[in-house]
Formats: sequence, structure tokens, C-alpha cells
Amino acid sequence: MPNKTFFWFFLPTGLAMILFIGLPIISTGIQSFYAQHDQVVKEVKKCDPFGCTVSIVVDNEETSKIREAKPLGKFNGFGTYTDRNHLAVDEIKKFWNETENFGAFVDQVTNLPFYKALIFTLTYCLFVTPNVLVLGFIIALSLNAVARKIRGPLIFGTILPMIVTPLVGSLVLFWMIDSQGIIGANIQNLMNDPYLSLKSSKTLTWITIIIYGIWHHSPFAFVVFYAALQTVPQEPIEAAIIDGASRFQRIKHIVLPHIYPVVTFVALISLMDNFRVFEPIIGFSAEGSAQSLSWLIYDNLVNEEVILFGSAAATSMMTIIGIAILLAPVLIRTWKEFKTAR
Amino acid sequence: MRKILVTLLFLLFGTSAFADCNIKSGSINILANDFPALRTFVETSKQCKGSADFKVTHSSEHNKIAVPALTANPSEFSARIAANSSIVPLMNQDLIRPLDDLVKKYGKGIQDSQLITIDGKVMAVAFMANTQHLYYREDVLKDLGIAIPKTYEEVVAASEKIRASGKMQYPYAAAYKAGWNLAEEFVNMFIGHGGEFFKSGSAQPNINNAKGVATLNMLKKLSELSNPDYLTHDSEAIKVEWESGNVALMTLWASRSGTLLDDEGDPNITKATKLTGPATVGGGNIPAATLWWDGFTLAKNRPDADAEATFRALAHAASNKKMVADAADQAVWLVEGFVPGPKSIGVIEAVKMGAKPYPMLPQMGLMHGALGSEIVEFLQGKESAEQALKDVEAAYISKAKEQGFL
Repeated sequence: MPNKTFFWFFLPTGLAMILFIGLPIISTGIQSFYAQHDQVVKEVKKCDPFGCTVSIVVDNEETSKIREAKPLGKFNGFGTYTDRNHLAVDEIKKFWNETENFGAFVDQVTNLPFYKALIFTLTYCLFVTPNVLVLGFIIALSLNAVARKIRGPLIFGTILPMIVTPLVGSLVLFWMIDSQGIIGANIQNLMNDPYLSLKSSKTLTWITIIIYGIWHHSPFAFVVFYAALQTVPQEPIEAAIIDGASRFQRIKHIVLPHIYPVVTFVALISLMDNFRVFEPIIGFSAEGSAQSLSWLIYDNLVNEEVILFGSAAATSMMTIIGIAILLAPVLIRTWKEFKTAR
Repeated sequence: MRKILVTLLFLLFGTSAFADCNIKSGSINILANDFPALRTFVETSKQCKGSADFKVTHSSEHNKIAVPALTANPSEFSARIAANSSIVPLMNQDLIRPLDDLVKKYGKGIQDSQLITIDGKVMAVAFMANTQHLYYREDVLKDLGIAIPKTYEEVVAASEKIRASGKMQYPYAAAYKAGWNLAEEFVNMFIGHGGEFFKSGSAQPNINNAKGVATLNMLKKLSELSNPDYLTHDSEAIKVEWESGNVALMTLWASRSGTLLDDEGDPNITKATKLTGPATVGGGNIPAATLWWDGFTLAKNRPDADAEATFRALAHAASNKKMVADAADQAVWLVEGFVPGPKSIGVIEAVKMGAKPYPMLPQMGLMHGALGSEIVEFLQGKESAEQALKDVEAAYISKAKEQGFL
């Protein structure tokens, strides 16, 4: 496609992206550098049905004056980024100086909310993404081999986990693993431990969420791989069969190299999706044991009665940076291939 | 005699026709939490909407909607049904209007005790009270010869006895779901120990002390007597546990008693379900519970005509003797004419015992949020009580700094 045609072709999408993705990100970035003004409070008498007390309230007149002068808030620089609830720079320095061995240091650091969430997010990505790729590929290969007649219903069945809304899917599993649910009760029987609970143990909660993630995301990999498999040319495969190549050899030397760009694509999208893991945490009510970066943002915005825009903005920016770092190797590789292809 | 006559006349005329408050214009749009008593309240106010527009949103997610919706100008809602804790963010952001003039003009039936005044200005009109208190299974306690527990120490002893008898594996339940619910249980227990959340006159946290440790240890003891999934159980989940007969002692909101004692579910369990006041803890004399009110507030960013119409409709419900008589078992109404029934025992006992209201401080929401996530690891046995309290204070301080409270 000539560049000019491409430009006009891309323009509407590009504009929409700038308007709905680019500008909000910039605005979030600016917001992350600001904190609220110092609160002006005053002592007043408060009366309710249970009696009167002297208590403090925010002085709205004074506050609105300050707010009008500087609507964005108090400039805080990287203050929010480095505070205890985010990168916790001071705390980490302190832990480093105070703890005796590396294990204790790691313990202290992983007790900080941001690092706790980062570790869960990364663990989730590292376990779910490769498994999704492998499982999706195996399902695609198997389905590609079954008789055409039953393929339709089978494909439909396979992509069901993706059709089911994530929240509903996780809720169904949540009830099944309840200590009185079908899976939870059976595991208790099997282990002979009436106090075993999949929901209260941190490790088991993590495993549950990861398994759910694989179950939910595999169909996406499958659909893309299955489509790619339809484009594999039959001639080289027939030639390989005549040469006596085994099924495994054919897949390794012909099929995989052919669909390699698609694998990269699926890996990219999966990584991006998994880094933003959120719904299963809500669905499984797993806030106690598993927090992800997205959940931290959600928590800052809705779980408190006071909304922490600065905190949420800072975590959002760091999530974007995190995704960029994770994707960098794949992107660089794609870029190199793109250049050599030209 | 005259009183009886007046009452009879009132009944005659009060019930025969919908009270029309003669509202000619304006539009009414209410945001409220979702439980039976609030639905009754809003329905009652609708009866007198006259020719005004009437809309209502009942949502358990009301806290998430309120501030953004009322910040808009004109605001989406003309009224918000709030409670002690949820009025604070509205006050912090200056989103609600004083009601003095409206109360004077249209608030004839509203009692003075219903008015929430802050700095001499009426900011809300309360209509019901709520608290968390003990529920017990009479049959189970009787069988084992256990007296009705009055303190949390007795709750622990009773639960251990029930467990040892083999009747129930997890005899105790409370809403310990990580987040808001768990933090609320901490707040109750900490107040029961006589704790103050902040150093006096400042926003500096004050929970990392002996009282805080005692609070956490009591929560842990209780959690060990609860279903192992306790960190995922909210009020609704423990209500279900109770109704399936798995629990003999429970701390739950008074406003849920109506659904526990209704005709649905096993009649034997319903019959044996009894209510009592909240328990004390650690030898203290005030209950380990907080008092709550629910009341209505009016949005600031809304034309005066809407505010007037909304106030008149809501005031009609907030002073409605017929409503509190008909729905006597749905809530502890603060409205004149309410005769407390057996389902209000919990709140009435709590008030008698001198329970404190939930702290209505501008920075309390941040403390509540920090508690909800930072004490989980202690309950899971992953860190010490002191470390957990240190984490809460540190998390709170960072948030309070960002919000300008410190």
C-alpha cells in the first residue's frame, strides 16, 4: 500500500486513538504529579441522633479558595511515585540497612503494597502466557485433525470459556471451590483436612486464579492458531510425509515456522492482557490474598470513601511502563524481522 | 380521649388517600443503598411526588457513584441517602447543601433528634439507626447449657464448646471479607477496647498500641472459629451460612434481621434465631460496635426548585407515622411514632449500653481503607500483630499525605 493511501486509511483510527487513548494517558500522567492541597480543617460541634460531639470537618470556604487558585492541586513531583504505597524508595533503603540477610530484606519489600501486587501480576503473566500458548496450539492441532463433520460443534465448545463473561466465569468457579462446593468439599475429603480452604490459603488462591486465567485465555490462542493452521501449505507437508518425517518433525520444521508471526502476535496480546489481570480477583473475592496492579488502581479509585486520584494515576503510569518493558523484547524482534523482510 | 380521637381521625384520613404534598414542579432523583428499609422509605416519599419528576437508583455500589455524580454541575441526583461514613466525602468536597430553611418551611413532622447538624447547620435528616450486634441460636445454646454471651470472650468460649460438642465445625460468623467489611469489624473491636483512631486533635494515626494488638488477637481468635473462607464472606454470605444452619453465633447488621426472620428458609432455624445486644470486649463497658444512622442529604449542584421538591417528598417519608407502623420490622426508625419490635432489640440495647457512633472524621475513610487490606496477612498467620498495625499506619500516612491531611 502506498504511504499516502495508508495515511488516509489510518487517519480516522489514528485520530480516535489520540482522542480516546493518547490524551487521557497524558492527562493521567500530569495528574500523577499532583497531590491534594493541604486540608484546612476546623473544629465544630456535630449533633446526630446519638448525641453531640466536638469534631473536625474540612473548612469548605477556605478549601475552595485554594482550589480555585490552583485547581490541579499541590505539585508533588515524583512524591506519589516514591511514597510507601508505590515504589517506597525510602522504605527500601531502610530495609536494606536494617535487615541482616537478603531473605529478610525480600520479605520486607514484598510486604509493601506495590511490590506485593507487582509480584502477583508477574507470576500470573509468567505462568498464564506460556501455558495459554502451548495449550491453545495443542487444541488447534487436535481440532485440525478431527473429522470435518464434528469440527463445528467442537470449535464452539472450545471457545466457550472466552464467550463467558470473565466475572461470571470466575464466579462459577468461585462457588465450586467453596468449602461446601463440589470441588472444595472433595479436596477436603481427599486431603482429609476439614480446615483446608482453597480461598483462605494464599498459594491455593494464586493457583486457582492462574488456572482460571489459562482456562479463560486459551480459546483466544486457539482461535488464532486454528486460523493460521488453515494457511499452512499442504505440498511441503506431503513431501515431508513421503520423506518419512514423523508428525512431531512435521510440526516442528514446517508448521511452527510457518505460523511463527502469529505466535508472536498471540504472545504479545496475551502478555498485555495478563499484565492487566483484574476481573478474577474481584470474581474470586481474592483481594486478601492476591492483588494486581490493576486492582490497586481500582482500590484507590473506588474502595476508599476518599478517592485517591494521584495514587491511581501513578500506578496507571507504572502499569503502562511495565507493559512496555515486558513487550520490549518481542517488539524489538518484530521490528528487526520487519526490517530484514524489506 | 382527645388523643384517641385525633389518632382515629388521622388513621381515617391518613390511610384513605395518598398524601399529596402539592408539589407542582421540580424533579426528584434519589441515590440510595439497596436494602428493604430504604426501598420502603423511597416508595413512601414517592407517594407525595405530586407533579414532579421522580427517579430513584437503588444500588449497593452507591458509594462509588456518589461523589462523581454529585460533583457534576448540575448533579445527576438531587438527593443522596447517606450514612455516618458516606456523608463525610460529600462534606469534604462540599457537595451537599444546608437544609435549615427547608426544615423550617416544610419539616413540620421531623423531630429535632433526627437532624444532623454540623457547625450549627442542618446537613442531613436521619430516619433510621443501625448497628452490628449478636445473633444466636437458642436451641443450640440451650442444648449445651451455654448462657447468652455478653462479651466476645464468652463468644469465643461458647463457640469452642459448640465445636467440641461436634454440633458445628464453624460455630461463629461475621462479615470478615477483606476490604471494607473486615475493616469495619476492626473498627468495632478497637472501639470496644476503648481505642481512639487518631492522636487527639490531629490526623496522626494511633492504632499501633496494646489496644490495637488486643483487637487483632480477638479478631484472629474469632476467625479461627469461623468458616475457613471467612476472608471472602460479606454480610450476605454469612446470612446464607446462618440460614443453612452452619452457624450458632453471629455478628451482623441489625438491618439484616428482617430477612433472617422472614418466612423463607428452614422454619426451625428461623424459630431458634434470637437477637441480643452487641458484645463488649476486653473488660470494657462500651459495646464493640458502632452506631450508624441513615439519612438523606440534598445535592448542592442542583437548582433550588429541585431541592425544594426533593426535600418535601423525602420529609414526607421521614415523618410518616404510617410507614414506621407498617414497616416496623424492617428497621429501627428514628421517626416519631415508631414502636420498637423484637427485631430492634440489637440497636436499642446498643444505645442503652452507650455504644459510640462511627467516627465522622474527614480522614476516617483513609484509615478504614488501609485497615481493610493491611490486616489480612496477620489473620492468615503470615505476620505479627505489631507488623500488621505498623503497615496500616504506614499505608494510612502515605494516603493521608497525598490527600493533604498530614
